This record gives sequence, structure tokens and C-alpha cells, in this order.
Amino acid sequence: MASRYARGVSATPEELKERIENGIPGAVASVTGDGHHFNAVVSAPAFAGISRIAQHRLVYDVFGAELGDRIHALSIQTKTSETEEAR
Amino acid sequence: MSDETTNPMREAIQEAISENPVILFMKGNPEAPACGFSARTVAMLQSLGTRFAAVDILPDPRIRQELSAISKWPTIPQLFVGGELVGGCDIVTEMYESGELAETLGIQDPEPAAPVSAPTHPSAPMTIENRL
Repeated sequence: MASRYARGVSATPEELKERIENGIPGAVASVTGDGHHFNAVVSAPAFAGISRIAQHRLVYDVFGAELGDRIHALSIQTKTSETEEAR
Repeated sequence: MSDETTNPMREAIQEAISENPVILFMKGNPEAPACGFSARTVAMLQSLGTRFAAVDILPDPRIRQELSAISKWPTIPQLFVGGELVGGCDIVTEMYESGELAETLGIQDPEPAAPVSAPTHPSAPMTIENRL
């Protein structure tokens, strides 16, 4: 894992999508970005009934210390299901 | 436990959060934000005409470290209202657009949410002494 996501290796939207979907059960993510700044729209059943803060924390937790470092900035919109409007 | 050892910076941050009804931890200051997300958050607060304290986290990396340890939130900016973390730029934006931010700030009959790119209603932000 350390080598796969090494500091010198640019992050890609595909990588972030895969890691969010693997890290949060049932999550569906759509990620855009330029290698440094990313935007993620994430839906997951786990978001139901928890606050926005808690929803965003679940996504941040996937990346830990890489945020602000290898992943310079990550904007997040969360929704509880794919059909719900992003909130 | 390590939490009980004296940590003046963490205490100063805790104090700032509890003493200021609305406080924004940001990169740069409201007059000269040093990051687009901080700038956007400042613009939203200013467009609602709310007074807020602002702390620049850039002068000392430990400010951000201690702040994130307190808030369990990894990114900057961070907006606190009434001692509670409201969120970063994304959440503040969603709440601004839905009117929830004005509600959270206790603003009656807010103007309809306007685009935040050009703050037309800059209220002088209250600056607090940065002892951090």
C-alpha cells in the first residue's frame, strides 16, 4: 500500500474512486480531478442517518494523512443513495 | 495520558473556539485569503453579513496539527459556530445554498443566497489576537 500510493506517484481520479468504493461498504463514487485537486460525489448506504460532518469524515478517513499532501485538495458531496440529490 | 499533559497551543485553540460564537480557521486572513477554499468560505460569511473571528493557520504548522486533533477534521478551512464544527468549504457551501447556514448563524430573513464570487456586502470581520 505504501509503495502503491507513494508520495511521488500522482493520484488519479480512478484511484480515488476505487479506494472510496473499496473503503466504504456499498459506496458509489464519481471522481474528477487533475492529480492534485479532486472532486468526489459519493453515495453510500452508510451515510443514512448520520450528519454531513460524519459522512465527510468517512470519506476523509479513506485517505488519512495523504490529504493535504499527496492529495492536495478533495471536495466532497455526499448522498445516501445514487438517486438522492447531492446534499 | 498524553491528553492531560499541558499543551498551551491546544488550550489556546479550544479557548478561541469556545469564546467566539463564530470562528473560522483559514489559510491567510479575511482580507487576503491564501487559498481558494478559505476565500470562498470568507465570502459566504461576509455575504450573510455575519461577524466572525478568523485565525490564520499558516504561521505555525502546529496550529493546524492541534486544530485537526481537536476537530477530527483534516482539511482547512474549518468553521465553528457555538463551539461546534460546522464543516469545511464543501459543507458550508451546501448549507449556504440551502439557507441552512443563515439558520445556523441565527440570521433572520437572510437575503436570497447570492453567488459568492464577488462579495458585495463585506462586513468588517472581527479579528482576534492570534496568540496561537
